[in-house]
Amino acid sequence: MRLLKLVPDDTNIDFLKWRKVASAMSIILVIISIALVAVKGLNLGIDFVGGQSVRVEFTQDMPPIDEIREKVGDIGLGEATIQQFGSDKAISIRTALPDGDKAAAERAGQQLVAGIQKAFPTAKAGSVETVSGKVSEELLRTGAISLALAMLGISIYIWIRFEWQFGVGALGRLFHEVALTFGFFAVTQIQFDLNSVAALLTIVGYSLNDTIVVYDRIRENLKKYRKMDIVPLLNLSINETLSRTVMTSVAMLLALGVLLIFGPDVIFGFTAAILLGVFVGTYSSILMSTPILVWLKVGPHSFVPRTVAGMDGGERVERKDDGAVV
Amino acid sequence: MLDFPRWKTIGISIILLLGILFSIPSFLPEKTRESLPAVLQAKVNLGLDLAGGSHLLLEADIADLRKTQLANMEKTVRTAMRGETGPDDDIAIGELSTAGGRISFLVRDQAQLDAARERLFSETQGAGMTGQRDWSINVIDSTRIVMTPTSAGQAQAVANAMDTARDIIDKRVNALGTREPTIIREGTDRVVVQVPGLQDPAALKELIGKTARLEFRMVDTNADPNEAAAGRVPVGSEIVPYAEGEGSGAAFEVLRRQVMISGEQLINAQQSYDPQNSQPVVSIRFDSGGSSTFAKVTAQNVGKRFAMVLDGKVLSAPSINEPILGGSAQISGSFSVASANALAISLRSGALPVKMTVVEERTVTPELGADSIRKGAIAGIIATVAVLVLMIIVYGRFGVYACIALIFNVFLIIAIMAAFNATLTLPGIAGFVLTIGAAVDANVLINERIREELKRGRRPFQAVELGYSEASRAIFDANVTNVIAASLMFWFGSGPIKGFAVVLTIGIVTSVFTAVTVTRMFVAHWLRTKRPTSINI
Repeated sequence: MRLLKLVPDDTNIDFLKWRKVASAMSIILVIISIALVAVKGLNLGIDFVGGQSVRVEFTQDMPPIDEIREKVGDIGLGEATIQQFGSDKAISIRTALPDGDKAAAERAGQQLVAGIQKAFPTAKAGSVETVSGKVSEELLRTGAISLALAMLGISIYIWIRFEWQFGVGALGRLFHEVALTFGFFAVTQIQFDLNSVAALLTIVGYSLNDTIVVYDRIRENLKKYRKMDIVPLLNLSINETLSRTVMTSVAMLLALGVLLIFGPDVIFGFTAAILLGVFVGTYSSILMSTPILVWLKVGPHSFVPRTVAGMDGGERVERKDDGAVV
Repeated sequence: MLDFPRWKTIGISIILLLGILFSIPSFLPEKTRESLPAVLQAKVNLGLDLAGGSHLLLEADIADLRKTQLANMEKTVRTAMRGETGPDDDIAIGELSTAGGRISFLVRDQAQLDAARERLFSETQGAGMTGQRDWSINVIDSTRIVMTPTSAGQAQAVANAMDTARDIIDKRVNALGTREPTIIREGTDRVVVQVPGLQDPAALKELIGKTARLEFRMVDTNADPNEAAAGRVPVGSEIVPYAEGEGSGAAFEVLRRQVMISGEQLINAQQSYDPQNSQPVVSIRFDSGGSSTFAKVTAQNVGKRFAMVLDGKVLSAPSINEPILGGSAQISGSFSVASANALAISLRSGALPVKMTVVEERTVTPELGADSIRKGAIAGIIATVAVLVLMIIVYGRFGVYACIALIFNVFLIIAIMAAFNATLTLPGIAGFVLTIGAAVDANVLINERIREELKRGRRPFQAVELGYSEASRAIFDANVTNVIAASLMFWFGSGPIKGFAVVLTIGIVTSVFTAVTVTRMFVAHWLRTKRPTSINI
């Protein structure tokens, strides 16, 4: 049986040739993302701004959104944010956090459910969520802390396991991916909630998974080919790991794509964000995390003291237990 | 590395078989599962977003607690100064005030200052580990005593109140007859209540949101209604508003401050019906002390009215037609059967020591949860099959090994989750799918490495050996980073995120085991028995 090869054997693509273009593009994308978040803002869910949200299911045909918006407005809780799910019979109605004590959100939630049931007798006001201002502040704070700590923690781990340049490279890459994901949330206006933070943390974890595979190969090659220039060495490492990068990405995209299409609509935004993260992550593994190492002047001396590297004249250092014909 | 001693093979096989065995109960319906031996009872719990139900986060009103604490100490001070043996033993005090969260009063006779201090000191208690008391007692201007609650004392008061509150909420929720509720303290001043399978949380909130402090107090008949309307009431009385919908027009009653009987003296409370008008009421029974007080007071006050006060609001103020001697009474008000029942439960379980407020609520209907499970399961199966097919197309025999390992991985994750009684949430299903992707990655790394080594001209044995050893390093590092991300999610995350982190962490461990160790066992077995001269990978 002939097996499928997603990437042909012995690729020798000069990826680093595009490093300036790619970096410029990445920087522009990051700036655009930040600008989008600043201008359009994130569609923050009640997890982070407080308020009340009700999922309404219509047993018969759903009235037009404008009519729903108007009738919900009449309840007296201010303007509602209405979001449609995958099905055409279910919507989520959200209203802003009312002023008042900490029980205000809970009372407003009851008011909202009662109001909806009165305005649309055929509708079922199902899942209700209310979050008070104090709790939402805490959730926002812990969400931000956990994201920052994850990025930092992982970078420090890489610094310990590899060298500081690699840690910096990882951090830079993570920043890039997280910024782009925020941009994605700003553009699509998909609700940004606790699940989105879980999505970001997943992207952070996955990205690093990818980075480590490439970095591990770079480290291996740096020890192996001590006289090789850094740029060709990085190219070699990327090419050697290319089929793995592509294969894993395809498997991940496949699994996530299925989840996106067939999975529950409640986690649509969550899945979409991770899907984008995997896509961007694959690009970053190839064109983003490696060029940083060129600028940070990684070389054989990063792992082997310079003097030893100089004394050892061999072009290729074989492993002692390696008896293979090369 | 490819040398697999028999004990290792047996060990791995046992782990895999146990994985399958312990994952089975989670797939079985409740009835069948209950007929299994006790060892096999553990199953994966479904989170509220999948099973449907209510999650409530309650926060204590600490300011309210401080107020109660202060009021109690004020009473204690008065009693302590009165002396035990009679009027000769009294210490005369004045200007008693509770302003600013402190108790301050004047000791009229300076000679008694030390004695007053002594008496108060014996009323305070140790708090915390440092030997601190719960109140500090200071003398100002050598005439005035100021008592301030210490931070250790306040912390202890909050902790005690929260423990009691948790127990009382537990009693109340259990009285609702729901299955497997979870009631736990969180942080310093919060309680989380999770009740699966609940359709309408309104009854639950009604039940646990009520402090249920019940008091019977006499109506002050001397108060002039006009004066009272202007806010002026006789000394020893106060204005207490009617609860919403009660009082038939009247907004308040003027009540004596002194409490005749309180809810603590109840031994039972039941929802029943008023024999005269068939309205739902709550029938209560007092303990012996309460019964005799009630009999005495009602005998002395025939023709007057008393008020039933719940959480600072008057429910009703009936006239005393005759002495009530049996030790039982009816609380009437505009109740529905449900609200009368809720009040009866609240009264039976005792009053909450502190007012609790719902600060977060998440309710998912069981239908939506069932829909999510169904769609999640379908997506999970399709995703797994798609990935399996891809692996076989790309890696052939090695792909098949990876697939078998992947299926074992699914069973192992479920088995471990069941063993830890972990909860599967909706993001958890996504975590499952993600773990499958990550498990594949380990095999991809190994197989790609084997391909590479073969290309370099190594013989099958060596290529496989190197493939596993060289790839393991990257697999290890990569998974440690994932564990870092997952553990942060677990520490900081709440609810659904935690569910995601649990699946991810378990999945990382099992996928490294199955993708590396289990596949290696298969590959080693194949290499030893078939001794292939070339590998198609």
